[in-house]
Amino acid sequence: MKLEMMQRCTLTWSLSLVVGLGAASADAAAQARDTTPDPRVGLRAGWTDAGTAIENLRLVAHVDRPERFVNPADMGDFGVANSDLAFRGNLVFQGNFNGFQIWDVSTPSTPKLRTSFVCPGGQGDLSVHGNLLFMSVEETRGRLDCGTQGVPDSVSTDRFRGVRIFDISNLDAPRQVAAVQSCRGSHTHTLVTDPKDKENVYVYISGTSIARSPRELTGCSRGGPEDTTSSYFRIEVVKVPLAAPQDARIVSMPRIFADTAGNIAGLWMGGPHGPGTQQTSVTNQCHDITVYPELGLAAGACSGNGILLDISDVVNPKRIDEVIDPNFAYWHSATFNNDGSTVLYTDEWGGGVAARCRATDRPEWGANAIFSLTGRTLRHESYYKLPAPQTAQENCVAHNGSLIPVPGRDIMAQAWYQGGVSVFDFTNPDRPFEIAYFDRGPMSDKLVLGGFWSAYWYDGHIYGSEIGRGLDVFALTPSEFLTANEIAAAKLAKMEVSNPQLQQRFTWPAAFVVARAYVDGLAREDALRGKWAADVRAALDRAERARGAVRRTALTQLATRLEKDAVGSPASARVAALAKTVRELARGR
Amino acid sequence: MHAPLLRGLRRSVAVVAVGAATACAPAPAPESGPAPAAADTAHQHHAPASAQAADSVSADVRFLQHMIPHHAQALAMTALVPSRTTRTDVRMIAERITVSQRDEIATMQRWLEARGAAVPPVDTADAVRAAARHAGMAGMLTPDQLNQLAAARGPEFDRLFLTYMIQHHRGAVTMVAELLSAGGAQEPQLFGIASEVESDQLMEIARMERILATMPSASPDR
Repeated sequence: MKLEMMQRCTLTWSLSLVVGLGAASADAAAQARDTTPDPRVGLRAGWTDAGTAIENLRLVAHVDRPERFVNPADMGDFGVANSDLAFRGNLVFQGNFNGFQIWDVSTPSTPKLRTSFVCPGGQGDLSVHGNLLFMSVEETRGRLDCGTQGVPDSVSTDRFRGVRIFDISNLDAPRQVAAVQSCRGSHTHTLVTDPKDKENVYVYISGTSIARSPRELTGCSRGGPEDTTSSYFRIEVVKVPLAAPQDARIVSMPRIFADTAGNIAGLWMGGPHGPGTQQTSVTNQCHDITVYPELGLAAGACSGNGILLDISDVVNPKRIDEVIDPNFAYWHSATFNNDGSTVLYTDEWGGGVAARCRATDRPEWGANAIFSLTGRTLRHESYYKLPAPQTAQENCVAHNGSLIPVPGRDIMAQAWYQGGVSVFDFTNPDRPFEIAYFDRGPMSDKLVLGGFWSAYWYDGHIYGSEIGRGLDVFALTPSEFLTANEIAAAKLAKMEVSNPQLQQRFTWPAAFVVARAYVDGLAREDALRGKWAADVRAALDRAERARGAVRRTALTQLATRLEKDAVGSPASARVAALAKTVRELARGR
Repeated sequence: MHAPLLRGLRRSVAVVAVGAATACAPAPAPESGPAPAAADTAHQHHAPASAQAADSVSADVRFLQHMIPHHAQALAMTALVPSRTTRTDVRMIAERITVSQRDEIATMQRWLEARGAAVPPVDTADAVRAAARHAGMAGMLTPDQLNQLAAARGPEFDRLFLTYMIQHHRGAVTMVAELLSAGGAQEPQLFGIASEVESDQLMEIARMERILATMPSASPDR
């Protein structure tokens, strides 16, 4: 992949020379990359008419925030900010600090507002399972009845902070069927499915704000590390019986930061790691806990630490590894690659409201940190940060994203607030590189909250939740970094539902384009494979033109050859996956 | 997004204040009138113009107008550290406090500005006079305590600095609790600010208590 980095640099160089802006020095390509103007630099500011830069993506659709989810007098109003996305069938569920919106994307180029539902309380992050919609509420203004009047009383039975559960079987009239109160409210949450338990789903609550009074909710405590009843230093686990969601309740409050001596505050206690390092927050909360039920693992981005949890017992997650990073301010989110051999953590330095992608900001601060996962041990490999500097008027830092299911590769679409959307490859965890991007200029000539909260691949498109501007839909376009075959194959990894922080393993049907996608990836990986790739492509072409027994024989022979090639290949797993696809094609599956 | 605050900014207070004070400004603020009215104007589309809501916003404005001078005293205290200590851990916690309090001040100023409310000055030059003026606030060091701290050196300074900063930070945590008791923090960004102030102070208190635990309980000459 070093090769691709070089190609990329060469590309930016030649473009810059064409427009006459190239730096005079012919230093290392890496340095050139840092100093060459990127099309994302210097975009015009504007709420609805900002300048844009786009590469290897196509903006398929944009829709503004609907009425009641926008404040015309204050484009950056936190109270109506868009937040996270969830997906089911042809529906996109978009959270907002003031409620949620449901978009029908049967035709992705024309999203239609199906439902908008006012229910304030922030952040409004959502998950969906069947006809149940889950929503996080953390603010003290949140009300059980979804009212907009707030709850000024310091202790009130009207207040709601926790996870709401709506029945959305009638999309026109979502009905709140449960409201699970928690001490710190729910900043965000993770829907957890248990492969061994089809009767229930679970929710991991991430509470990050002020614990409330025990007079309002029994058992809550603002105590510190020495208080064994403290509402800090834990997560909450909600059990949701699918046949009776109204009975949802907290069933455990795991002390996942405890040390072996039983100290509940056993991990990073906050502060710098030495002179000149980043100041890292205290580990008294998890922000995102990303679960991968099929692996029985979760990766927690927990303020001061990245942690790894064994969730084979969903109700009682057990910490099995933890890492610190002197460049991280606040561990925010985590993403496994598809085979679970890599974990990508993000650092939300500045809390998402500060400009942290300026040319003067260090590239390893406010970035992704990529770890390899061997057995049950995490090891740091590299950082990836949005490669184009942003202005001081743009809140920008690493934020939410998801995998794009290109066979044989680890590719992610990621939101960077006003830094836009960046699509990048981290197949080799020590050598990430950018594939595509979209960026708008600042919301305003002042710093106001805005930009992409999340960017997720769902069933063929990338959906971006824009905090201040609405919803964007993108399609990938072929480039030297991603072929038409690879894009077509990604679309074949069918998705019927997708939730943030809940990873399902992608699989691909036996299809010629899937085989070709593997070959394209392998050919790009190593130029020496050029003849090998040409041979395999020719064999696939011949087989596809043939029919019946002739095709079966050709494919069987190719599969056998590829199985042999896989042995001892540096890309053994990928060649084996290609062989398996060809073998399945031969069997007509 | 985990907190509507500027974390870890390493610019000077002046730069932060200028940048932050102008940011996030919604529609022009009314020329005069109480701050709550200004806030209600900006938020009328989704916030009720009820008396209760106005009370909540008054509590928010009061909270910030107190918290800014409260934070300013912490900056005055940390400014004493480099010339009076030899301990790396004390320097590092002081640096941490400086960074977090500066960031929070900038955000608080921005919130007040955007609502046309009075923004109190950050007075670190004459900290003793400021201490006298704000003597009623929870945790504020008295002028005598400040003078005692400024006069101390070495281990005595370290112990006093941590003791007084813990007192000061506990005061801020109390102020957050009072804000909630007064029905404040209904506005989403203010809720985030209060959350952040509380979590930063609690974390720093815990850290200072651990450093203090490594020191003799009093200097040998006592």
